[in-house]
Amino acid sequence: MKFLQNFFDKIEPNFEKGAKWEKFHTLYEGHRTILFTPDRVTTRNGTQVKDAVDLKRLMFTVVIAMIPCLLFGIWNVGHQHFLAVGETATLFEKLGVGALRVVPMLVVSYAVGLGTEFIFCVIRQKPVEEGFLVTGMLIPLVLPPTIPLWQIAMATVFAVVIAKEAFGGTGMNILNVALTARAFLYFAYPLQISGDKVWTYLGDKTSVDAFSGATILSDGAESTLDASVNVTERIAPQFWDYFMGIMPGSIGETSVLMCLIGAAILIFTGVGSWKIILSVFLGAMGMGLLFNVVGGNPFLEMPAHYHLVIGGLAFGAVFMATDPVSAAQTERGKWIYGFLIGALTVLIRVVNPAYPEGIMLAILFMNVFAPLIDFYIVEGNKKRRLKRATV
Amino acid sequence: MEAFNIAIRGIFIDNMVFAYFLGMCSFLAVSKKVKTAVGLGAAVIFVLTITVPLNWLIQEYVLKEGAMVWMGDDFASVDLTFLQFIIFIAVIAAMVQLVEMIIEKVSPALYGSLGIFLPLIAVNCAILGSSLFMVQRDYSIVEATAFGFGSGTGFFLAIIALAAIREKLKYSDVPNGLKGLGITMIITGLMGLAFKSFIGISF
Repeated sequence: MKFLQNFFDKIEPNFEKGAKWEKFHTLYEGHRTILFTPDRVTTRNGTQVKDAVDLKRLMFTVVIAMIPCLLFGIWNVGHQHFLAVGETATLFEKLGVGALRVVPMLVVSYAVGLGTEFIFCVIRQKPVEEGFLVTGMLIPLVLPPTIPLWQIAMATVFAVVIAKEAFGGTGMNILNVALTARAFLYFAYPLQISGDKVWTYLGDKTSVDAFSGATILSDGAESTLDASVNVTERIAPQFWDYFMGIMPGSIGETSVLMCLIGAAILIFTGVGSWKIILSVFLGAMGMGLLFNVVGGNPFLEMPAHYHLVIGGLAFGAVFMATDPVSAAQTERGKWIYGFLIGALTVLIRVVNPAYPEGIMLAILFMNVFAPLIDFYIVEGNKKRRLKRATV
Repeated sequence: MEAFNIAIRGIFIDNMVFAYFLGMCSFLAVSKKVKTAVGLGAAVIFVLTITVPLNWLIQEYVLKEGAMVWMGDDFASVDLTFLQFIIFIAVIAAMVQLVEMIIEKVSPALYGSLGIFLPLIAVNCAILGSSLFMVQRDYSIVEATAFGFGSGTGFFLAIIALAAIREKLKYSDVPNGLKGLGITMIITGLMGLAFKSFIGISF
């Protein structure tokens, strides 16, 4: 550690006022604070900061919580690849194929996102705060493994500029940045991010004849139109496979187990709100049960708890809905916010044939309404206290 | 059931603001504070629920080709459709005036908070737009009422959500060039993206 400290101390004068790289001081500061606590943690006036845990360290916790999902995702990309081409492979071959596909996506996402962010920091002379740590990891994890790299780059630039920097950077955005990137791709290039063919990485090999590539959600959407397709029967024997995440899908979202490990890390460290995570699941469960009562087609009658393991619900609930910036800030607001995300997700899945999966749009929609929820909770609190004060 | 479907569609799917970008002027101008936005939104719901069925009656019994046949066979060939715009606008303006007077009489408190925004509604294109959509889509009177209520509620939801976001935005650090309307336009676009989740739903 000492040599790093020395290195930073040595180059610091170059970035000070009047020195030749003065313009890049924010960049230097940003890199230094990744490794060391800033020298001046207390602002001149206002809050006294006593803790070494700043926004960067907080965000690193989230990245660490996502690592199980990432590793499993890499294995699963390889596993699905060899299943689809009909070959048997060892664990290392699967990991190799997966890594060859996933690592470039990660690199592109981080390189482009950080680049954009640094340009803004230098021009606007603002410190790099969170940087792009969590978003850069989230973007590849919510995309299908076959997505072209240039599309990742474009979506990343769009999301960072329009959804984040236009609002002033970290902590000020309205919508979740990674989801904005995905929604951008979803509406701009629907061919590469929906349908049956994109969820399994084939490379230059051809698939075996029996391979369909359909995710269970597209089976579900199909079953609302064609009553002979029985989703429940398809899921039932493989329920635990789906829980583990052995199914085609976006890279990081398939495994409920890994998401739960991530959730445990987030809740234990106090970074993520357990209220939001729990209420998303409750909302999905509640809506599923309601649809069971209504009935009508096989997807409506599918047992409610199946909704919790298929698609990206768990991933969205743990890593996206809990985004402290775009979620509701008030404690009671979090319950409402999470519950509505869960309910909307199942609603979109089941009644909207245009979108097989609903978690992305449900979270975006609730991001829009989170400030309103907060507003009314705060108003309610004010009224209650006023009443208490006057009585 | 069909009427219910139309109301839901008006609120979420064919949202006046995000699907057709109508009523933008008051949407952008009166969304700085949640309280005033609620007032304007409520007034829009009220006026839409009344004017759309009213215009339906006028369209059906006066304006449409052959609509005036109830006055005698001589009128069977009269087609007053070209008067549609001016009559609809006149009805809306008259209704807004009427609503204003009634509210002033019945509840001065509500009038005080709405006062300035009520006249504004007369020139809100979402209101005229709803009447024209109603004609275009051949609704029955029940459906027209449901549609009026639905699109009003859609506008209400949109404007209070935007107002809450803009109140939160006071803590943001928007680049100088984008401050004010610029960032509001961007937010509107992003909100439109979120509202796309409902496109395709039918009950």
